[in-house]
Amino acid sequence: MKNENSMLPLYITGLGNISPQKTWDNSHFLDEVTSVETNYLRCQDLNYKEYIAGDMVRRMSRIIKMGVTAGKICLDDAECTMPDAIITGTGLGCIEDTEKFLTNMIRNNEEFLTPTSFIQSTHNTVNAQIALLLKCHNYNFTYVHRGFSFESALLDSFIRINSGESGTILLGGMDEMTLNTFAILQRLGQTKRKPVNNLGLLKDHSRGAIAGEGAAFFLLSANPGAKNYAKIEALDTFYKPDTDKIPAHISAFLERSGKKIDEIDLVIIGMSGDPANDKVYDDVRTHLFREKPQAWFKHLCGEYQTASSFGLWLAAMILKNGQVPETVRLEGVNPGKLRNILIYNHYRNLDHSLMLVSSV
Amino acid sequence: MPQRVYITGIGIVSSIGNDAGAAFTSLVEEKSGIAGITLLDTSLKDKFPLAEVKMTTEELLENVGCGGKKNLTRTALLGMIAAREAIGSAGFDNINEYRTGLISATTVGGMDRSENFYKEFLGDPKKGHLIDIVNHDCGDSTERIADFLGIKGFITTISTACSSSANSIMFGAQLIKAGFIDRVIAGGTDSVTKFTLNGFNTLMILDKNVCRPFDENRAGLTLGEGAAYVVLESEKVVKDQNKKILAELAGYGNANDAYHQTASSPEGTGAFLAMQNALKLSGLKPEEIDYVNVHGTGTQNNDLSEGIALQKIFGEKMPPFSSTKSYTGHTLGAAGAVEAVISVMSINHGILFPNLRFETPMKEISIAPFTKVMRGVEVRNILSNSFGFGGNNSTLIISKTN
Repeated sequence: MKNENSMLPLYITGLGNISPQKTWDNSHFLDEVTSVETNYLRCQDLNYKEYIAGDMVRRMSRIIKMGVTAGKICLDDAECTMPDAIITGTGLGCIEDTEKFLTNMIRNNEEFLTPTSFIQSTHNTVNAQIALLLKCHNYNFTYVHRGFSFESALLDSFIRINSGESGTILLGGMDEMTLNTFAILQRLGQTKRKPVNNLGLLKDHSRGAIAGEGAAFFLLSANPGAKNYAKIEALDTFYKPDTDKIPAHISAFLERSGKKIDEIDLVIIGMSGDPANDKVYDDVRTHLFREKPQAWFKHLCGEYQTASSFGLWLAAMILKNGQVPETVRLEGVNPGKLRNILIYNHYRNLDHSLMLVSSV
Repeated sequence: MPQRVYITGIGIVSSIGNDAGAAFTSLVEEKSGIAGITLLDTSLKDKFPLAEVKMTTEELLENVGCGGKKNLTRTALLGMIAAREAIGSAGFDNINEYRTGLISATTVGGMDRSENFYKEFLGDPKKGHLIDIVNHDCGDSTERIADFLGIKGFITTISTACSSSANSIMFGAQLIKAGFIDRVIAGGTDSVTKFTLNGFNTLMILDKNVCRPFDENRAGLTLGEGAAYVVLESEKVVKDQNKKILAELAGYGNANDAYHQTASSPEGTGAFLAMQNALKLSGLKPEEIDYVNVHGTGTQNNDLSEGIALQKIFGEKMPPFSSTKSYTGHTLGAAGAVEAVISVMSINHGILFPNLRFETPMKEISIAPFTKVMRGVEVRNILSNSFGFGGNNSTLIISKTN
């Protein structure tokens, strides 16, 4: 029977990442970083008309534009015209369209409504639009489980590639922030009350994270491609763990994956700047990975359900470029060699995930 | 030999009954769950019928013994009840004895409460009870079900519109075959909300009367609510425990129509491919299928497109088919699992449940559903379709085991 240690790795042969940073251009790697006083990091807008036909783009909400465009950039990067599957994860889906239809429905007392925002509120809209653009009839799945959304899509990818059902997969993780959702997160204390400088996020100890958003896509392949960023070797998700058992859980994961702690050159941690959430990482950071080079990324993209997709993008780019940008380093040490990266993320201490990424 | 996946438990709560036994009785007695709206607070109350679960949210809370926990959504509650029945039916001694997962599906998540929140929130962003919005996202209901049942293993949620829970079952089977987990509770849950009722109304695909799938004079779908789960277990776990098997999940397939965001292609491309993929995986020939539980929503577009695809797959030898949405309404994210559970009942009892209210065959196709309960049928293999917005088309094949 198969388990993680006999899983074939997934080669990342293309990337497309729309985020609050200039990440959509794969020839640059965080050489300019946004420094801003805020409690919500908004994605940089591309000229979406360059990627999507004008009549279609007009009707699309932001997440659809972001998702479809990031998917397209990724496919182009990998020179893939027809993936064998399109699999994505999203925590809140097309929340802007959902809010729009809900608002109109309430304000107009269930009268005079038009269907566009309802149609587009469906969680699998981005997947569907990509399939439509490509005329892709292949396997098409959307996972919508908080901090497991992107990870579930990745697990599905692992299983499809390992079973031989798919050779190439377009994998994506995306979420959009809206003013309403942000207002709710503020009231819930999940985001910081006052704006802070994103690059100085860890110096601020107030409650909550910086809200964020993004759409990160990966072309995964069973075999190395013309261009290879990295390979994903293993994945694990664990739900509501006891905090004191997390280090043992991570050690067991590494063991199953055939890696010793010494072989991990860098650990990317999903710290969000919310002291209560970041505390969960303490033991892992100070004991299990003591003196190990560590990095983080949520000061660049903010916190959202599928932020781990930004983390995977970061790991892939670090391995491809052979360097850890200054801005993401947590401990001052710059690893000498970069072969294996472990990403450890959790969403609100409910959904925890581990991704093991290696150089090709 | 590839690993086989067995169905060892079922659970269902829907408009035709609060558990599997009650649903079976309604199915046999040809009693539809569709009626005038009694629970949903909507200004469309007198305009459309619905297939509501005949329990108030307070009664659902009582049912799960969470009377004090006021923050559960109707979607989560329905899911908790059906999933609890499924594991009871599968006879689990200890839920975490094997690597046990939960894969649930939903399209609206906690919308039933978000609607209340937004009423006040829109007037003043400082207003609206936060307890009504914290459970909005789709993942919430799944985590509530997992916590209720004590599931510590892999959990996730799928949302691919009306094929969502067929896809939960498909993903569950793939996880078992890959050896990633030993058993999984897979299905979906959706409550009816004003959001969905109004949404489908804007698309002008709601029948003002009770839906009539596959009828020439069909005028749209009837929305329903409910939750259903199957327990899938690996061959090994079933053998180790000498478990009673209800059926085998012999095949599954997903394909995208890639035609339009909401409409199905005139040729039924996605539907055809989904059925073809499922048949291929099962190794069965079309003539070995004894019954088809069609998606059959009752809309002009779906039934024609699906009918054409069925004719392409089965040719002259179309097996008996029916849309049990004529009983349960269209339960959206729960529909695939609701129909999988009904299919398991058909296999276990040798009874096929009809397409209620069908009168006039469609002009464009030569096939028609049956309209009376068929008893004493040797049902070896059932093909069940679930198609959703975004061209998301899925087929499950459920088979009798010896």
